[in-house]
Amino acid sequence: MRLTSDQLILWRYGFAEINATIATTWLLMLLLCVGAWLITRRLSSEISTSRWQSALEILITGIDEQIKEVGLGVPRHYLPFIGTLFLFIATANLLTILPFYEPPTGSLSTTTALALCVFVAVPLFGIGRRGWRRYLRSYREPTLLMLPFNLISEASRTLALAIRLFGNMMSGTMIIAILLTITPFIFPVALSALGLLTGMVQAYIFCVLAAVYIAAATGDSVGA
Amino acid sequence: MDSMTLIATASTITAGITIGAGCFGPAMSQGRAVSTALSSIAQQPDAAPTITRTLFVGLAMIESMAIYCFVVSMILLFANPFWNHMIAATAGK
Repeated sequence: MRLTSDQLILWRYGFAEINATIATTWLLMLLLCVGAWLITRRLSSEISTSRWQSALEILITGIDEQIKEVGLGVPRHYLPFIGTLFLFIATANLLTILPFYEPPTGSLSTTTALALCVFVAVPLFGIGRRGWRRYLRSYREPTLLMLPFNLISEASRTLALAIRLFGNMMSGTMIIAILLTITPFIFPVALSALGLLTGMVQAYIFCVLAAVYIAAATGDSVGA
Repeated sequence: MDSMTLIATASTITAGITIGAGCFGPAMSQGRAVSTALSSIAQQPDAAPTITRTLFVGLAMIESMAIYCFVVSMILLFANPFWNHMIAATAGK
């Protein structure tokens, strides 16, 4: 039984192979980059702008506000990273509506890569904002006894990010596949809609959690 | 019972118990979370966006526990390393 699209090999040469996950990720990257380039070719700050530019502005200001609500002081610094995470995961999950499409986030490789990006970005933002000493000193809080637990929590929440996204997307596609063999008419459609909803919710959750971890690391939150 | 049958039986029963027990706890706690969120929205409707956002984040964290159990159960059924090892051993014989 094919759990993920990793096992669907499209092209192989020796030990290098291109599987469906890699190909789909490239297509997504192409889609996002070409779409963004087309929309931002002629940016205008008039009152009436094109529909696509308005849509993009809604998206950007929406993500901006969400980052601010999580508690990061100046959202603009973190918008490229968190916005890209959200756009990539949301597009990957939304396009499940297309036939013969399997989301690359349904593969543990993709979600682990995204979680590793967050794992690397959190100390980078923390050190960039607070400096080496204060960032490393934050691991000692509240007491030195908590140092191993803080370290373990860093690793485990990265793992949790990866497995949460992978589990949600893989289970969504698997349950539709199983239902198609049992009751193939209306029921898979309902579960497909549920899969789309959980895909969007998981994209939002991934980014909110990344923002919360960065806020904890930079001490940028409103209360701190 | 020879070892292959034993592995198959144990894996199947464990997969069933895993997914059953792993859905029970998160379901109970998600129910409590939603009920508390609803009562606090009823008390302070102005804070509804914040409460809803926090609710969704909390629900996703709880949901991930159920997802872990699901992934373990799937591994036991479809990507079982012990089963694959036994299959390879009997194929080699």
